[in-house]
Amino acid sequence: MTANLAELETLARNIRGKVVELSHKAGTPHLGSALSCVDILVAAYSGVLAIDPKHPDDPNRDRLILSKGHAATALFATLAHRGFFPMALLDTFAESGSRLPEQPSPHGAPGVEWATGSLGHGLSVGLGVALAGRIQSRSYRVVVVMSDGECEEGTVWEAALFAPIHKLDNVTVIIDYNKWQATGRSNEIMNLSPLRQKWEAFGWNACEVDGHDLNALLTAMKQVPDGSGKPVAIIAHTVKGKGVSFMQDDNNWHYRSPNAEELQKARQELGLA
Amino acid sequence: MRNAFASEITKLATEDERVVMLSGDIGNRLFDDYKKRVPKRFFNCGVAEANMISVGAGMASCGLRPVAYTITPFITTRVMEQIRVDVCYHNVPVVIVGVGGGLSYASLGATHHSCEDIAFLRVLPNMIVICPADAVEVRLALRAVLQQDSPVYMRLGKKGEPVVHKGIPNFVIGKAIIVRPGTDVCLLSTGNMLPTTLEAAEALGHKGVSAQVVSFHTVKPLDEQLLAESFAKFKVVATIEEHSILGGFGGSVAEWLADRPAQEARLCRIATPDTFLHEAGEQEYAREVFGLTGPHIAEKILQAAR
Repeated sequence: MTANLAELETLARNIRGKVVELSHKAGTPHLGSALSCVDILVAAYSGVLAIDPKHPDDPNRDRLILSKGHAATALFATLAHRGFFPMALLDTFAESGSRLPEQPSPHGAPGVEWATGSLGHGLSVGLGVALAGRIQSRSYRVVVVMSDGECEEGTVWEAALFAPIHKLDNVTVIIDYNKWQATGRSNEIMNLSPLRQKWEAFGWNACEVDGHDLNALLTAMKQVPDGSGKPVAIIAHTVKGKGVSFMQDDNNWHYRSPNAEELQKARQELGLA
Repeated sequence: MRNAFASEITKLATEDERVVMLSGDIGNRLFDDYKKRVPKRFFNCGVAEANMISVGAGMASCGLRPVAYTITPFITTRVMEQIRVDVCYHNVPVVIVGVGGGLSYASLGATHHSCEDIAFLRVLPNMIVICPADAVEVRLALRAVLQQDSPVYMRLGKKGEPVVHKGIPNFVIGKAIIVRPGTDVCLLSTGNMLPTTLEAAEALGHKGVSAQVVSFHTVKPLDEQLLAESFAKFKVVATIEEHSILGGFGGSVAEWLADRPAQEARLCRIATPDTFLHEAGEQEYAREVFGLTGPHIAEKILQAAR
């Protein structure tokens, strides 16, 4: 499916509105983390990945693993808008007995590739999926979306050492670099910077993009595989809480959920009310 | 057991295109034949076991049958998080193979001992736990587990252990094998303790006590039928394992027993104590220290049978 940029921007605003609404309705945290990766997911699901919502288990499909599982609302809303499951299911988010828990569960909703929430798993799993594709002569691509705080997990760097040696050039890591983690600035808690150079030093082709510029995200993602034989790391500079003025770059929204008034204000800002 | 594993997995990988071998930088030359015959399905994952397990989970989710192999503590307790979340939570058929179970690598120190792995792995939902007794059981178990759709943990010893089975026993996951019939006491051995358990049975025979010996290769799921029959029939049922007294095979049988009405037999758990071994020494030394020898076991059974 290809859509023009204006359509994708509208889609991203709708998804943001839904994400804020889900957080309000269920009283769930991690809203800022979800809002920061919406454009990444929209670009991937509507402009890059070879997927068919009617056949979510097609063995030849491209895969996206949202390794930062705490941003599940962004993934669920994107999948629902893309037609993987009905909006009625999306509206059961976090309700008792729902197939959509606060963080993705295995074999839950169509389109969810892996259960995440414990950080630092998605990339290694994605590399296994990529190697399986090679063994089974399938040419799909694997995209793994991680958070910057997640890069503090040691397994991320085990995986980062593993992928280049096996020339897994069909793998893209996208780091939603919003400069915050649960309780503070990510670069004040661990020595992440310079992040692009770290990935390069591990043998990846790395680039930095504005993680809210859909065109830039599409261009970077579409270049994979880039012919160099290397896996690709896209450092996407983002803003936590992006799209709602009073949530942007305010880490309180890692934990808070909006009240009715805040939801209404957010929807107005997003042009949805 | 190690060489039997290498030779059998090579055979199986040539027969079954789903089989992929993942090694944690171990088995120097052990897999040369495999690598020659199936080069595209062998990956040395380096000294990065956590990544190896999750890579295996990703492969298994695509229909492959990865077999991840390294020294027991590094493929069990070190990577519990990856086994729990990526393998067991997703219920994907990764075969986790630990070499050097229990005190096999005693001389390398307690970092390389593994007397807690059964306890850790058996509490994970979906996980099957198998401890083959000898090279024959290793081959049979490997064939059987590759037909499973669940995660499996296989605990091997080292190389050169005695082969107990003279023929090819009927190997079914979850069904224990009676190796030596007897009438007074029943010795349930798991994994590499089987030859020593047979020695203990011999020693008991000399004292006029007839001991049945069972290779209880599957710790999870337990062979409940055999347990029920044994506890109804014998005076003493003993569990024998090269693993901690806490949470292992004996622990598992004790849990099973606790939920049932009083039985004819009393349970006697023979295992390593709740401690680390700090001194140097080979497996034989470590077993001597912990009382895991034929004579020591026979003595404990005699006391329990009094």
